[in-house]
Amino acid sequence: MEKMIYLDNAATTKTAPEVVEAMLPYFSEAYGNPSSIYSFAGKSKAALDAARQQIADTLGAKREEIYFTAGGSESDNWALKAAFEAYKQKGNHIITTKIEHHAILHTCEYLEKMRGARITYLDVDENGLVNPADVEAAITPETILISIMAANNEIGTIEPVREIGEIASRHQVLFHTDAVQAYCQIPMNVDDMKIDMLSSSAHKINGPKGIGFLYIRKGVKIRSFIHGGAQERKRRAGTENVPGIVGYGVAAQRAFTSMKERTEKEIQVRDHLISRIRNEIPNCRLNGDPVKRLPNNVNVSFDFIEGESVLLMLDGLGVCASSGSACTSGSLDPSHVLLAIGVPHEKANGTLRMTISDETSMEDVDFVADHLKKIVERLRDMSPLYQDFLKKNKNV
Amino acid sequence: MYSEKVMDHFQNPRNVGEIENASGVGTVGNAKCGDIMRMFLDIDDETGIIRECKFKTFGCGAAIATSSMATELVKGKTIQEALQVTNKAVMEALDGLPPVKIHCSLLAEEAIHAALWDYAEKHHIKIEGLQKPKNDISDDEEEEEY
Repeated sequence: MEKMIYLDNAATTKTAPEVVEAMLPYFSEAYGNPSSIYSFAGKSKAALDAARQQIADTLGAKREEIYFTAGGSESDNWALKAAFEAYKQKGNHIITTKIEHHAILHTCEYLEKMRGARITYLDVDENGLVNPADVEAAITPETILISIMAANNEIGTIEPVREIGEIASRHQVLFHTDAVQAYCQIPMNVDDMKIDMLSSSAHKINGPKGIGFLYIRKGVKIRSFIHGGAQERKRRAGTENVPGIVGYGVAAQRAFTSMKERTEKEIQVRDHLISRIRNEIPNCRLNGDPVKRLPNNVNVSFDFIEGESVLLMLDGLGVCASSGSACTSGSLDPSHVLLAIGVPHEKANGTLRMTISDETSMEDVDFVADHLKKIVERLRDMSPLYQDFLKKNKNV
Repeated sequence: MYSEKVMDHFQNPRNVGEIENASGVGTVGNAKCGDIMRMFLDIDDETGIIRECKFKTFGCGAAIATSSMATELVKGKTIQEALQVTNKAVMEALDGLPPVKIHCSLLAEEAIHAALWDYAEKHHIKIEGLQKPKNDISDDEEEEEY
């Protein structure tokens, strides 16, 4: 069996061995329900508190402002739906962007169609950056919430969260940020950045799947999302996923402590892969901002070919990656993010996303770049669009 | 998600390329999904037999595999026989396709028809049973439910 090169860390990451180890006692040994009164359950309760503190410390937040959920999508849904319910007396207007994750966009569409919300979907520039001035200009007396992602999951662009937080705070509008990709990849502090709510998910930072949190600043009026118990300060009922929460605490602490060293290494590997592709494969473009970019993200579009074919050929070599192509998403439309930054349909379909980890070596990305060259060449030889392109160039 | 046959025809596609001075060329595409297929036919004017069939395709694994299989199925056939190569026949020969990829097989059928249509136009003949091909095949999008 050949070696696998896993370049899809924005989809999910390997659960770190020390995370698994920390979780194990909370399955069959300390399995007590944290809400129970006997001392046996005390260990579960203590583990919960400790994990909450570990996470709060990574954001400059208070322990009681961290609410555990089942993951990023739930956190996004909760933030938007419950804030809308709580503040609809004040107004019905929400500001977001065209490049948010579907957990935000589809929730906004739901609020629009079913609950009478008015949503402004801000444009972004060709690198995927939101202009803070556009955010400010969109604010009306009815605006109750601004929800803008900290970093984009497809193209890796890091948004000006601090500037947006400043604007939101000045206009006394709630500011939520989807930090599922950014959390523990870039430094974030909820007070410095004036963030009122923040969504995150454990499995993006070597934690377990099925656990996330929503940070809710003290004083923010937000309705409970799941009713039926006093867990999570009555705002999110249901017996806590203790092993998951413990794992998340360890993963967060681990990712936070290693952030500087880890991301510096990742940026070197990332930029090496980007420069090899740009120098050695003609007719391609890097999507997303070259500098304000997540340390692990490479996203490139190749003209004249289609992304799924590239993925299948990479898969044959043991390389796991993803694509912005319509054909891999189950829908017929290419990525809304690529369309929003102005990549035309046919080019968006030829997009490849590779997201590295600290385990990705220079040798790994050299192997990928070497083979990618051949794959692109091979698919272009098959492509009628490339045939037309060559003919046109010959005639000029 | 793909059958072994699909993967075989994707990884080792048959009849990739173009035919110079082809008897008929047809290009069809689905702009929405981003599949474009171009079929080249070399037809014996006397016998009406397809001597050679080649393709160029921009598209996903299924698009390349269906193109490859379609060329295999029409090679050596008469025009009338080639018209019987439906998307279903292409799919069956590939041991099936995932539901979201069925349109690729429709596109392959349409590409053959487009190349035959081009041949008929060039030769000012009418091919029995051949209708002017559509150059775009789009699926109906499903409404999202809340």
